[in-house]
Amino acid sequence: MSDPMEAIRQTYFQECEELLLAMEEGLLALENGADGETINAVFRAVHSIKGSGGAFGFEALVRFAHGFETVMDQLRAGQLEAGGDVTALLLRAGDLLADHVAAARDGGAAPEDGEVSAALAALAGAEGGDEDFAPADFEGLDFVPLQIVVEDAPPAPTPMQGWRIRFAPHAALYANASEPALLLRALRGLGDLTVAADVSTLPALEALSPQAAYFAWDMTLAGDIPRAAVEEVFDFVTGQCDLDIAPLTFLLVAPPEADAPQIVPLAQVAPPAEKAPEKPDRKDGESRQTIRVDLDKVDRLVNLVGELVITQAMLSQRVAECKIPRASSVGNGLAELEHLLRELQDSVMAIRTQPVKSVFQRMPRLVRELAAQTAKKVHLVLEGEATEVDKTVIERLGEPLTHMIRNAVDHGLESPEERRAAGKSEEGTVTLSAEHRGGRIVIEVADDGRGIDRARVRQKAVERGLIPAGATLSDEETDNLIFMPGFSTAKEVSNISGRGVGMDVVRRNIVDLGGRIVIGNSPSQGSRFSLTLPLTLAVLDGMVVAIGGQTFVLPLTHIVESLKPRAADIQAFGRGRNLLNVRGAYVPLVMTGEILNVPDARPPSDGVVILVESQGTGRLALAVDAILGQRQVVIKSFEDNYRHIGGIAAATILGDGRVALILDVDGIVARCRDRIADLNDLQPTGT
Amino acid sequence: MHQRQDDSSGPRRQFITFRSGAQEFGADIMAIREIRGWTETTPLPHAPDYVRGVINLRGVVLPVVDLKARLGLGLTQANPKHVIVVVQAADRTIGLLVDAVSDILTVTAGDIQPTPELAREAQSEFVEGIAVLSERLVTILGMDRLVGSLVGEAKAA
Repeated sequence: MSDPMEAIRQTYFQECEELLLAMEEGLLALENGADGETINAVFRAVHSIKGSGGAFGFEALVRFAHGFETVMDQLRAGQLEAGGDVTALLLRAGDLLADHVAAARDGGAAPEDGEVSAALAALAGAEGGDEDFAPADFEGLDFVPLQIVVEDAPPAPTPMQGWRIRFAPHAALYANASEPALLLRALRGLGDLTVAADVSTLPALEALSPQAAYFAWDMTLAGDIPRAAVEEVFDFVTGQCDLDIAPLTFLLVAPPEADAPQIVPLAQVAPPAEKAPEKPDRKDGESRQTIRVDLDKVDRLVNLVGELVITQAMLSQRVAECKIPRASSVGNGLAELEHLLRELQDSVMAIRTQPVKSVFQRMPRLVRELAAQTAKKVHLVLEGEATEVDKTVIERLGEPLTHMIRNAVDHGLESPEERRAAGKSEEGTVTLSAEHRGGRIVIEVADDGRGIDRARVRQKAVERGLIPAGATLSDEETDNLIFMPGFSTAKEVSNISGRGVGMDVVRRNIVDLGGRIVIGNSPSQGSRFSLTLPLTLAVLDGMVVAIGGQTFVLPLTHIVESLKPRAADIQAFGRGRNLLNVRGAYVPLVMTGEILNVPDARPPSDGVVILVESQGTGRLALAVDAILGQRQVVIKSFEDNYRHIGGIAAATILGDGRVALILDVDGIVARCRDRIADLNDLQPTGT
Repeated sequence: MHQRQDDSSGPRRQFITFRSGAQEFGADIMAIREIRGWTETTPLPHAPDYVRGVINLRGVVLPVVDLKARLGLGLTQANPKHVIVVVQAADRTIGLLVDAVSDILTVTAGDIQPTPELAREAQSEFVEGIAVLSERLVTILGMDRLVGSLVGEAKAA
């Protein structure tokens, strides 16, 4: 990023991402009925993408966005009605605009937009015509006051009513290719406008810089116009000009809030025109104040706060050792400190969280495309988009969710004919929801399709040799077969799903995130996949265990149960291998201490065995000396400073400030395998 | 403090010198982040013997390397009097277990001699050269090579 232009480009594309999201959100809202603010939001997004895109010379993008913008502008002006076909076209245009942005970013070829462009142009041409920039939203406000209601209000607005506006553009306004004349023209559309140009700052010709801004305009705008309408005109140039709007008259009580219509309160009872832009609406959109912070800085903060908590715990311990009573001033101070620190830690963690919206927002487009490809009718319902979860979790959710939605549409939902025959509505519903539940986030993908066909799943699994032909499986076990590697039930391999990388990949992704996936299947009613994920990847629920005097942490997500084996339950099996009898079933028993090269580990008959679920090999018993407890630990990578160690996932820092290693169950399995494969190598390695 | 004044030209470099076993070593001061007392480490499985384990350095998990063992001179019997020199090199941060830190040395490039051919042995791969001062011989270690070697030869262990 040494090139300053490159930095600006990056910022532009970051902004584009946000704008595209806002646009998509607005367009989806249009499906459920249009309101002025939504249309405005979409217009603003498209306009901003176009405007800055022009500065970088993305011609194809700008050309396309321009056509799009024109249609949005007409919608805004009420010259076009949003509805059915128009909304569908706008959605396609939105998708294409996203493609254009992607093409511009990655330097790829611009997408084929001829058809949509033509359709947009046709729409604009057919209904438009009036090029004037007098949006109907302002007109709507013009007749808001219902003076008849208010006795002492004069029957007509006094000519003195209006605004005195001083507008002094900065150079930045011109640099953004905004045109003051258009703004003035828009103001004229609001009421009776008198304009006086202020050229007093204009220097002599030799001192004049062609890049600088010198002009200012003093205007009086007469008429009963809400302040918000005036401000709206300058919406796109906020921060790029000095703008001073003062009421011309003080006859009426100046509204305390700038956006309140300039009328007596009673008049507000009258429903303002539907399209009236209301300030509060903007709150949930772009006007929320945010800053961009480098993730490293946040991580550093998280680190420091974690360290602070540990230091505080050690301090408390020392103070307790000194026999200082809790009720003393020192004890109280420490308690207060602990409280504050916990709050600080929560707040810092919250910085890293984001609403799941950013992932969910990508799904409507996916569903639209899938519906078109499969000729199915699909209605996507999104719930709980505001649920917040750590940014890293969000980043890694996209792929599994995409896969699951694909499956739901491709495998789950039936064709319209089948649905009709089954007595369902032709349109299938896919629900994607998120919620917080017990300190974790639960994401569900549900469809009302045909459900998982257990007979077929079973048949397939037998065909592929995943299960023996005569195996007895519960319904749940059958459903879970779809998570087996290499399982795919698609009758024909389509390019949508069924490429062999199926649900096993989804499950691996989820487990890697420290989560679990559960299927709820009711044949002919639909299926439901529930993902339970930690709120952050920075912490992990773990079981703290002791092996040979050392402390290790075992991730709770892998643990099935723990038990104390009797010596008779342990059977030697082949060279260097042991099996553990768990209520009649034999599972491989791993001498964890040996695998980790820890001396002095207790024999398993004298210790505790933890039954874990590993990817691929199924259940496995890990022998440890003792279980010390269960706690949430902060994950620390040591690979940054060292290298990967098989069987170890990461490290953490315990309450006493010492480092403990977090075990990686799959890594231990791999280590075991190497070990058994090469029995000659029984000597501890590395010495 | 031994501030050697030298009239020979060339850019000056500063080294932190420390003792490990019977030898004195030097490391470029720019690679040294801090110096702290020895604390018990958490051993890493399957690590070579010179990797003494990891410690918590203000929230960062820091691997600690026994310099003496790394140079093939036997394990250091660490006690609280020993010192961990925190080194940042080759994009990594590690701790170097040494007996004690002794000095800051300012020398010009001309003061550093290449390693004598005969003396080449296990440690030579990390040695940049030797600095000879009136009565002392300081082995200058290349921290990039020393730290970088932790990643490379992992597989063999």
